[in-house]
Amino acid sequence: METVLLNGRDDAFIRAVEESSGQVVSRCYQCGNCTAGCPMSFAYDYSVSQVMRLIQAGQKDAVLSSKAIWLCAACNTCSQRCPNEINVAGVMDACRQMARREKKFAVRAMRAFVDAFLDSVKFNGRSHEVGIMALYMLYTGRVWTDVELAPKVLPKGKMPLLPHRIKGRSEVAAIIDRYKQGLSDPELARARLAKDAGEESGKGKEAVS
Amino acid sequence: MRIGVFICHCGSNIAGTVDCAAVASKARAYPDVAYSTDIMYACAEPGQDAIIAAIKEHLLTGVVVASCTPRMHEPTFRKTVERAGLNRYMFEMANIREHVSWIGKDIEANTNKAAELVRMAVSKLRLNRELKPKSFPVTKRLLVVGGGVAGIQAALDAADAGLEVIMVEKQPTIGGKMAKLDKTFPTVDCSSCILGPRMVDVAQHPNITLYAYSEVDSISGYVGNFDVKIRKKASYVDWSKCTGCGLCTEKCPSKKSYDRFNEGVGPTTAIIIPFPQAIPKKASIEREYCRQFNTGKCGVCAKVCPTGAIDYGMQDEFIDAKVGGIVAATGYDLMDWTVYQEYGGGRYPDVVTSLQYERMLSASGPTGGHIKRPSDGEEPKDVVFIQCVGSRDVSVGRPYCSGFCCMYTAKQAILTKDHIPDSRSYVFYMDIRSPGKGYDEFTRRVQEEYQARYIRGRVSMVYPKGKKLIVRGADTLMGAQVEIEADLVVLAVGAEAAEGAPHLAEKLRISYDSYGFFMEGHPKLRPVETNTAGVFLAGACQGLKDIPSSVAQGSAAAAKALALLSRDMLDSDPQIASVNLNRCVGCRKCIEVCPFKAIQEIDLRGQPKAEVIETVCQGCGLCNATCPQGAIQLSHFTDNQLLAEVEALCRF
Repeated sequence: METVLLNGRDDAFIRAVEESSGQVVSRCYQCGNCTAGCPMSFAYDYSVSQVMRLIQAGQKDAVLSSKAIWLCAACNTCSQRCPNEINVAGVMDACRQMARREKKFAVRAMRAFVDAFLDSVKFNGRSHEVGIMALYMLYTGRVWTDVELAPKVLPKGKMPLLPHRIKGRSEVAAIIDRYKQGLSDPELARARLAKDAGEESGKGKEAVS
Repeated sequence: MRIGVFICHCGSNIAGTVDCAAVASKARAYPDVAYSTDIMYACAEPGQDAIIAAIKEHLLTGVVVASCTPRMHEPTFRKTVERAGLNRYMFEMANIREHVSWIGKDIEANTNKAAELVRMAVSKLRLNRELKPKSFPVTKRLLVVGGGVAGIQAALDAADAGLEVIMVEKQPTIGGKMAKLDKTFPTVDCSSCILGPRMVDVAQHPNITLYAYSEVDSISGYVGNFDVKIRKKASYVDWSKCTGCGLCTEKCPSKKSYDRFNEGVGPTTAIIIPFPQAIPKKASIEREYCRQFNTGKCGVCAKVCPTGAIDYGMQDEFIDAKVGGIVAATGYDLMDWTVYQEYGGGRYPDVVTSLQYERMLSASGPTGGHIKRPSDGEEPKDVVFIQCVGSRDVSVGRPYCSGFCCMYTAKQAILTKDHIPDSRSYVFYMDIRSPGKGYDEFTRRVQEEYQARYIRGRVSMVYPKGKKLIVRGADTLMGAQVEIEADLVVLAVGAEAAEGAPHLAEKLRISYDSYGFFMEGHPKLRPVETNTAGVFLAGACQGLKDIPSSVAQGSAAAAKALALLSRDMLDSDPQIASVNLNRCVGCRKCIEVCPFKAIQEIDLRGQPKAEVIETVCQGCGLCNATCPQGAIQLSHFTDNQLLAEVEALCRF
């Protein structure tokens, strides 16, 4: 195992995670409740409490290259159980977004799945499972993944072949475009967030007056 | 008036960020200041001597010391001026350390602020009057509230020193939590064997009057002379006749009562003697389970009692007592762990609390000292202990460490091995906290000699699978999830202040923290005193602690009470309110706001007037602030004195 130089703590990374997640990572006292309850832990390279420890130690590379942040199912059991009321799933989410921005995809299939979902929602205004599956196969090249389930699932009518499209698809598409733009240009995203926040507070003032 | 001003450097504590010499020279211009200087350590012997010398040389009639908080050193300097022949109340203190030097780095601003605080003190001192304490007699009797090990120790120590002691215990027996324990750490000696003799001593001591199954109903009065009303709850058994033979408990047909002493491990009867060594060993009826009370038909105990002690018509009885001091030793209770759904929230019978497990281990307990699963009575082989259940958990409002769970869990793991040699114990812990004498060696012994398997991590889930309980958790040192097929799960439930502790605190007029623990006078230097004179603390009611610490605090509280009650007369604090009868209009507002009931209405030639009961008044000043006429004034803090301070500060 590599020796970690603790002087090399990346404080900017810790701050960025805290800002993005709204959580204070120093509140974690490493009890392990999150790891104990995590249903995805079997597939992780680092356990949840180890991810929290790596963030506390400012080990940006290790965190953003970890598989754990991609495999997190966002079930929120960790957040529910945390004795210090840290939204651990929120911290994992913040790291996942950061990894995406830095183009670090430790689990490529997860990135493909997220993209497939977003693209499906962009086209239809809502998710379309068969479409997501098709896009996922396209992006990953894993054509036969789960195909054996089709004969069981399709006759039940739970997964229509054609999408149900909603009204106002273009507005939904705009949201997703904005998100993707933000990923490629964090500065732009930050400026937009700040502007939105300004307008929000402005509205608040009007409402009060 | 000739005032002397002394600006203390406190080493570099004050002089580091305040120009003390400049403050002293500014003070020379203040009205009535005859002498002003700066001084290295005013509280040190040379400092005090310098103050005395200055008083004599410059014929000073009042002294201002600008230094630290009056909380520690006001008594010091009052004695100093007294030694120089001044009245102790012709002294004022300006706090230029906590209020100035420690909180700011700007020397110029600090120096100005210090000078202004000194100016305020001088302005007030100019209106100070000599005050003389009155003395009053002391009732040489001590009340101990709570009959756990801390209360027992306090009562025995005080009684051995010749003081009369009244002990009030809420439960039908004394002994508290310690009486429920099977063994004690780190010696693994029998708890009731070492506590039992002390309990007997309490019962037999000629100086101790024990009121078991009783509560403090109300308290009035003041240090040296408290009036206490004790409510002796109806036990429906005449204890003067009851011999503790136990025939009634054998014959009682209602056998499904909740067994409070045994923490609900197995049922008990409606008429009970809590345990064989109970003191007093008397029966009492739990009304809610008694057939006679619920259906009107039974009366078995009355029929079998050989001394005719049963009295279904018994009423609560009130006893008035006068005491000089009070020791509160009300202990702790376990928190309600059923908020933890991940451990079953109380649904699984084989998930028990540490105290329930203790009763299972105890030879005098309901299982006769055999560890049995509550569900099927079988002997468990795999026992999982989960620590910090309700301790160090912000999400359930318990951020503090209960302090003794690491140790009793280790002890219970040892006892498990002793009782069932082929058993395996697993302990989920976060940190092992064992700082006492011989404690860490003990937690090592349980792992090395007794092969208890310590797992550093938490448990996320306990669920039944067939006859077993599956305990799923994490081993954070391994970085992996772990699972144990357990027969019994023991929760090291965290402790909280005893039920009703805040209520008692209000009766005692002492403060308590947000968790219900009573506040000591000073966290280091007054650990068993409270801020209410004559009220002392012992044991876990002040903060969770184990048996050795509780016993030590019991003795300490007794020593403090003895120091107080060894005197025949006490000096009253002259900083109390007094009424100017010419101004008082008898509006009663002061009577309403007084938290100490220290003001009474009198009739002066047909006019209602207020009168302060001097010995009861604590000098809080509420009446002074409330009086619309300015008729009631707190000595040493009169309206004029406070206004003089304000004017000194707001001159422009």
